[in-house]
Amino acid sequence: MKNGPAPQPSNGQAPATTGVPKIAIRGLTKAFGDKVVLDGVDLDIAEGESMLVIGGSGSGKSVLLKCILGLLHPDAGSIEVDGEEVVGLYGEDLDRVRRKFGMLFQNAALFDSLAVWENVAFGLIQGQRMDRDEAHKIAIDRLGAVGLGEDVALLMPAELSGGMRKRVGLARAIATNPEIIFFDEPTTGLDPIMGDIIDRLIVKCVKELGATALSITHDMASARRISDRVAMLYKGKIIWVGATKEIDRSGNPYVDQFIHGHAEGPIQMQVRDF
Amino acid sequence: MPILQPIGRTFLTFLEATGRLTLFTVLSLSHCLRPPFYPRLVYRQMVEIGYYSLPVVGLTAIFTGMVLALQSYTGFARFSAESAIPNVVVVSITRELGPVLAGLMVAGRVGASMAAEIGTMRVTEQIDALDTLATNPFKYLIAPRLIAGLTMLPILVLIADIIGVFGGYIVSTQKLGFNPVTYLTNTWDFIEVQDVVSGLVKAAVFGFLVTLMGCYHGYNSRGGAQGVGTATTNAVVSASILILSFNYFITELFFAR
Repeated sequence: MKNGPAPQPSNGQAPATTGVPKIAIRGLTKAFGDKVVLDGVDLDIAEGESMLVIGGSGSGKSVLLKCILGLLHPDAGSIEVDGEEVVGLYGEDLDRVRRKFGMLFQNAALFDSLAVWENVAFGLIQGQRMDRDEAHKIAIDRLGAVGLGEDVALLMPAELSGGMRKRVGLARAIATNPEIIFFDEPTTGLDPIMGDIIDRLIVKCVKELGATALSITHDMASARRISDRVAMLYKGKIIWVGATKEIDRSGNPYVDQFIHGHAEGPIQMQVRDF
Repeated sequence: MPILQPIGRTFLTFLEATGRLTLFTVLSLSHCLRPPFYPRLVYRQMVEIGYYSLPVVGLTAIFTGMVLALQSYTGFARFSAESAIPNVVVVSITRELGPVLAGLMVAGRVGASMAAEIGTMRVTEQIDALDTLATNPFKYLIAPRLIAGLTMLPILVLIADIIGVFGGYIVSTQKLGFNPVTYLTNTWDFIEVQDVVSGLVKAAVFGFLVTLMGCYHGYNSRGGAQGVGTATTNAVVSASILILSFNYFITELFFAR
């Protein structure tokens, strides 16, 4: 009983807000060579909600984020942010839309050549042309918000542990007060306790900013902590969308298999024998 | 059919690579000319390319000048034409060996490190992070390097010219028994503006090629540590080949009559 690629399969949890969604994705398609990664993705993310996309490794979650940010060009489909079409934007127009976004990359993607505070202040100094002293103050403030002291500000990224890198990445993502924040596997590579700390920081920061969040993960514990709604991506399509607290009663065998982590079920992982 | 297929595929791949490189070059140049500019980054790259390459370029130049004097002496002594040595040294250094050897040394030093640095930034998503922070990587990463390469190599080569001639002077006066004053007068009499200028034009072109190859291969690297390694090798090899081939064409442009 596959739900099919219906745009918003309602499982009794229709989005709470009305009006224009913050991000509206319609028929998004992206292929690399013969490999179709996204095959007509439809997804609405309401303003102020925390949406989470789950799916197996290589199911196209990262590609979805990169298409929205304009880092990859989709083959077909539309992406609207605040009702504005962003597919096909370039140059100054694309930068203007990107200033609405903050992103925490999977491995934080900190700039090695810059000190921690310069990393955090990067979007302010380069993107918004802010004065360096002022940007420094904001950077210290944001580092404080993720639980890092002023002493860390002068370190280089290479001197940081994995958890600290994630925190700095988070501070950088929220430094410009973005309206939308993306989290790419925020807890991957962290121990469970640090994972929980990062999750709490994410929830706190998103709430304080009143931002819309879109996260991708395959860590179900993290998923339950940080999201309001969950969408499952499978074979390039969204096969289920529903409230996070309803996920155990989804009635969808794909979702059930995924959240319980069973090898047997409708999802066949492509494991090749060599 | 099976014979034609690989030929066709290779040809198409070649065209694709040429097209991609051309687009990359045009895009990079256009970003060099349009604001915002990053003077701090340009300055940092100038120090990296110009100042830190001085020792290696200087050493190359002095030994080249020395060996040039020594070799031409063994040849010219047979025809009692030793007096041509200052001429040979200064013309060879300023026209050819200065720019080419400096270019090759900088390709190994700077081109490789650029490809490795930008390639690592690519595979660790730092270039994506730049984009999402509304900063164009062409302006922030590539334009400063190209500008620095284009301007610093001529200066390096000018210094290399002087050091190279000095190397020839040392060997000639200390080992081969030349009169120091005569040697320097001969050098000064033989040297022509066009020799030096053609060498500096070559240097500017080589500086552009080295940084362009470093940036291009780094920017397009894929697939982790191995991809970065391949990018570094490709940057140095392609820059070296381009230097040698452009050297010929620029020489023809200046001196073929």
